[in-house]
Amino acid sequence: MTIRAQIGMVLNLDKCIGCHTCSITCKNVWTSRGGVEYAWFNNVESKPGVGYPRNWEDQSEWKGGWELSKSGKLKPKIGGKLGVLSNIFANPDLPLIDDYYEPFTYEYDHLKTSKESKTVPTARMKSAITGKFKEKPDWGVNWEEILGGEFEKRSKDYNFDQIQKDIYGEFENTFMMYLPRLCEHCLNPACVASCPSGAIYKREEDGIVLIDQDKCRGWRMCVSGCPYKKIYFNWQSGKSEKCTFCYPRIEAGEPTVCSETCVGRIRYLGVLLYDADKIEEAASAREETDLYQSQCDLFLDPHDPEVIEQALADGVPQSWIEGAQNSPVYKMAMEWKIAFPLHPEYRTLPMVWYVPPLSPVQQASEAGLLETDGVLPDVRSLRIPNKYLANMLTAGDEEPIISALERMMAMRNYMRGKSVDGVENTRILEQVGMSKDEMDDMYQLMAIANYEDRFVIPSNHREYAGDGPFDADIAFATRSECGFSFGDGCNTGSPAKTNLFGTQTHANTMSGKPRKSSGDQ
Amino acid sequence: MAEYINTFLFGIYPYIAIFVMIVGSILRYDQNPYSWKADSSQLLHSKGLRLGNNLFHIGILLLFIGHFVGLLTPHWVYEPFISAGQKQILAMSAGGLFGSMAFVGMSILIWRRTTQDRVRATTKFMDMAILLILFVQLILGMLTIPVSAKHLDGSSMIALAEWAQHIVTFRGGAADFIMDEALIFKLHIFLGLTIFLIFPFTRLVHMVSAPLKYLLRSGYQVVRKR
Repeated sequence: MTIRAQIGMVLNLDKCIGCHTCSITCKNVWTSRGGVEYAWFNNVESKPGVGYPRNWEDQSEWKGGWELSKSGKLKPKIGGKLGVLSNIFANPDLPLIDDYYEPFTYEYDHLKTSKESKTVPTARMKSAITGKFKEKPDWGVNWEEILGGEFEKRSKDYNFDQIQKDIYGEFENTFMMYLPRLCEHCLNPACVASCPSGAIYKREEDGIVLIDQDKCRGWRMCVSGCPYKKIYFNWQSGKSEKCTFCYPRIEAGEPTVCSETCVGRIRYLGVLLYDADKIEEAASAREETDLYQSQCDLFLDPHDPEVIEQALADGVPQSWIEGAQNSPVYKMAMEWKIAFPLHPEYRTLPMVWYVPPLSPVQQASEAGLLETDGVLPDVRSLRIPNKYLANMLTAGDEEPIISALERMMAMRNYMRGKSVDGVENTRILEQVGMSKDEMDDMYQLMAIANYEDRFVIPSNHREYAGDGPFDADIAFATRSECGFSFGDGCNTGSPAKTNLFGTQTHANTMSGKPRKSSGDQ
Repeated sequence: MAEYINTFLFGIYPYIAIFVMIVGSILRYDQNPYSWKADSSQLLHSKGLRLGNNLFHIGILLLFIGHFVGLLTPHWVYEPFISAGQKQILAMSAGGLFGSMAFVGMSILIWRRTTQDRVRATTKFMDMAILLILFVQLILGMLTIPVSAKHLDGSSMIALAEWAQHIVTFRGGAADFIMDEALIFKLHIFLGLTIFLIFPFTRLVHMVSAPLKYLLRSGYQVVRKR
């Protein structure tokens, strides 16, 4: 057993209001540069829908993630090492930028410089790539916002697998939920596996998956390898970029920008301890429906004295063990079993988990009464089909989803009884198999969701990186580092300058001034 | 005068070109590792790329290996197995085949880079320059085949190989071997050396990073310690 620690995230979809604040703050911090205008390290999708990039969930099209070979061996779906190298000149599984959307800006300058005319001048749309006018946008990161577009197209959603979906196109039966997405910082990342340069790596101390920008050669296999399509190829600089889990903030014990700014307080960050020796075994579970459980089996109980002893021996700092003991992520995923991995069938063992959303009871108004299952309304009559959520979160196994929805419904009913009627209905608790204390704890974390309860992030012990704990050079060497830059240190603010070895082309195109293209404008 | 130019172009210029290639590449890798990349444009435009890029890369790599082995293998090594005349015919047919592959591939790539808006807009000066230089070099190389066909005794081939071997082993008088060869060979060699010279300033550097080490990685995952 080798114990490693990772900061995991849980998103409570029951409270997501789809405001996109996470996406915008992330964009402002990380992808406001040239070549990644189209990239959203964090985006929020309206479901059902095919998402961004188009149909990303369907790996029969994109070949992301892992598959088991006939002998039961784990192998990237885009092919083993030889397979990856044989596709290196032209990657057959790479999305086109139009699958995300063609980045564009508006010709704002025209508003100031146009001559006097009978009509009001307009700022026309221009492609950020070619600088040519475009009539109108035709696809985007958020094209299907709040069920935009025809059901016909949205119903291509992969999560409708084995569901008679036609009735959900009817107005009375329609349903909707939001799905904020970011890099999953997987335990078994397929992007790392498919990077021929070895530029992508997982950090041992906190599990964050990063791309070494100087080592990336732009072979673009990671874009295909990642089943969540959360690696973006910078079309100006020719390098892949991805969500960094805001590691400079995490190292300082602060939540990621998307979590910090979430107005619905739906995001939780906390430590999980896991057995690194069993990763491959867990990802190789025969049945796809076993993958959720096999990933849970990787996580270790941070209160178990043997685990604590081993973790310390493997170099996990004491503060991280304490973090794991108070981890909101551990509670939701492991103790209460209300959070689930996104698409475990990709076999990447993702570390950003989701609490499924409750939804209104279907046809309750028509029937005038609620179908009940004992003392609780039957969650099978909720508007969002359990099977749909199961296809998203448990590879199609509905039982864990139903149990989670029941517990969340029980929390509402129990707390309403307690605070409105002054009655503690313990029958509800019995039905969902939770104690009073557990329920109070869950209520505190889920409903009140205080900042310090949501984010339990021990700071990164940089001192362990040096020869000794007082190796001050470590701290000084990394202080004031630049974020993403185009290989020119912190000097990206200075005017673009060509050096001997290449042209500085990484112009930001979002200002209304597209790059000068060598083609006709 | 002709002899002087000949000595400069084929006796001295090779060393300048190779020196700039090696030192330039080291400096670029050291000073500007971020710029060391394949610079794929597939995300923006993929039509024709699968056929074109595969044909180009496979063709040109085989040509490169063919030149390397053909020019630098000493005569006495292959003599017991194959005569110089036979080797010349082998070189002409292999070169013709791989050259045709590369020709078709490059034609597609040039079509992409000159006519397709998105690729054109993201093309840097050196991207276009190196593509055209390689294309001209390929055509020059293909044109040597009919010239070679006029004398199938392998003598020209041996002279060119002697030149190359004298250069890489730092023996004097290398240029003398070239002096009386056909102009087309001289042009092909000169442009080839020029490609060495500009190598560090182009995207060609990505070939040095061909990720063969990937095959040796144990397992699939990469984990970095603090």
